[in-house]
Amino acid sequence: METTADDTTPLVQVESLSRRYGDTLAVNQLNFTLKKGEVLGFLGPNGAGKSTSMQMITGNLAPTTGQITINGFDIIDCPIQAKSCIGYLPENPPVYRELTVDEYLTYCARLHRIPSAELKEALITAKQLCGLEDESKRLIGNLSKGFQQRVGIAQALIHQPPLVILDEPTVGLDPIQVREIRKLIQSLGKDRSVILSTHILPEVQATCDQVQIIQKGELIYNASIEELNQRGQGNNLTAAFKTPPDLAELSKLAGVNHVSVIDHSRFNIQFENEDFAEILVQQAVSSNWGLFELIPQNSSLEEIFVELTTTDNSDQEAQENAA
Amino acid sequence: MIWTIARREITSMFLSPLAWVILAVIQAILGWIFLAQIENFFILQPQLIELENAPGVTDIIIAPIFSLAAIILLMIMPLLTMRTLAEEKKNKTINLLFSAPISITQLVLGKYLGLLLFVFILTSMLMLMPLSLLAGTELDLGKLFSIFIGMVLLLGSFAAIGLYLSSLTDSQTIAAVSTFGALLMLWIIEWRTDQTLFHYLSLIAHHQPLLEGQFSSVDISYFILIILLFCGLTIRQLDGDRLQH
Repeated sequence: METTADDTTPLVQVESLSRRYGDTLAVNQLNFTLKKGEVLGFLGPNGAGKSTSMQMITGNLAPTTGQITINGFDIIDCPIQAKSCIGYLPENPPVYRELTVDEYLTYCARLHRIPSAELKEALITAKQLCGLEDESKRLIGNLSKGFQQRVGIAQALIHQPPLVILDEPTVGLDPIQVREIRKLIQSLGKDRSVILSTHILPEVQATCDQVQIIQKGELIYNASIEELNQRGQGNNLTAAFKTPPDLAELSKLAGVNHVSVIDHSRFNIQFENEDFAEILVQQAVSSNWGLFELIPQNSSLEEIFVELTTTDNSDQEAQENAA
Repeated sequence: MIWTIARREITSMFLSPLAWVILAVIQAILGWIFLAQIENFFILQPQLIELENAPGVTDIIIAPIFSLAAIILLMIMPLLTMRTLAEEKKNKTINLLFSAPISITQLVLGKYLGLLLFVFILTSMLMLMPLSLLAGTELDLGKLFSIFIGMVLLLGSFAAIGLYLSSLTDSQTIAAVSTFGALLMLWIIEWRTDQTLFHYLSLIAHHQPLLEGQFSSVDISYFILIILLFCGLTIRQLDGDRLQH
């Protein structure tokens, strides 16, 4: 099944997708593709249009313009075929509080046309994946938020869809549960595609192959996770001295771009020269600065994220101020 | 697929106390009226014997009960229909149905079938009272059948109207109040004199002949048209929900 002819065609193809709510443009000209077996992190601050995009991809919301193709089926023209390829966990897990876990999952399995003969098997697999084996007979309304979230995820996996879309799956969970869910997402990525929408950056770093950052409805960054990690590597370090030199003295060193003071003995230095650390150590020894700390700073996804999203903001603010 | 949704609908109704309470209250009230009608019948009996072509037990005892049942259920059906779609919207569980590989038509028909099943259970339980008279007397079974069909069609129309109004809002209270208003309006619309159009629109006016055992295709078509119209409107409404917010 995995080596069918259409292995090369993308599983998800989104073309110039836009959505308006009245006058506000929630999503603007979104384009991307997702291949089979990829985990895509959909990143953005609150209200960036993540959920709106997810809702459109799953057919919960009709796009104002644009086209979405899932596994070769258009979501508007062939909704039933397209939807049967998707497992979707919305922002709020769509669970019925008055049903037990088993009753609920049976209902979901039937909605996804799983034949009665395979129903039991599907239920067991989904519960195993989400760690729900011991909660089968409990009412969903009596479960904790974390377990309700797991039931929501189990619902998205029960028909073993090739594409799983999770909208902020770790919101409201405790750290241990968050780790478990991340592990689950990683294991899902082995044999199916996942779209993960979140505003939590380590989640993306931990689980995704591909990262997209969306801001005010527009895609502002699209790269593989390696590319993103490379971008953040190495031109920044923190140094601490017992007898700190003048700021001007530090700035004069070869290759320094910018020096900022953290506290009276610590400095953050941005540089472009590859051997800068060596130069700094030599200089520190010969001038007796008393260097006792030297930490290379890898700027994290978080900083890149802030950098990308706020520069956009300040540009706009500047425009607004000018107007 | 329709059946899957209908089955969950009816399961959820009976998992909450509401369905049981509604069945119990209606059964108790109509049981009381049933007793009162039987007593009435005993008082009337000597006069009836003297009449030529006298009305039977079915006309004197059973038809009035179901005529009253229609009015009582007009007030109660909104409480049943209010949650069908409004609750799913409020709890966002409607997303589960929208993301599942089913069409909106299947979704709405499933919901409606769930309500219709409840109506069927309710009417069947009410029918048990007149049927108990079979132990002591003869009944006009044809008329009884006509009353049963009339009741199912009337309540089915209530359900379709309620389902539509429930699709318009995510507040159950608003759904219930507007359904009650709509049903009441469709009842009192015939109170204006000499207005054949208004008389024609009235739900109760079309129900009355069925209670009397007149099985006319005009009345049946009226109910079926109401049901089709409001199910169709519900499908349209849910489809439109995806377009605008």
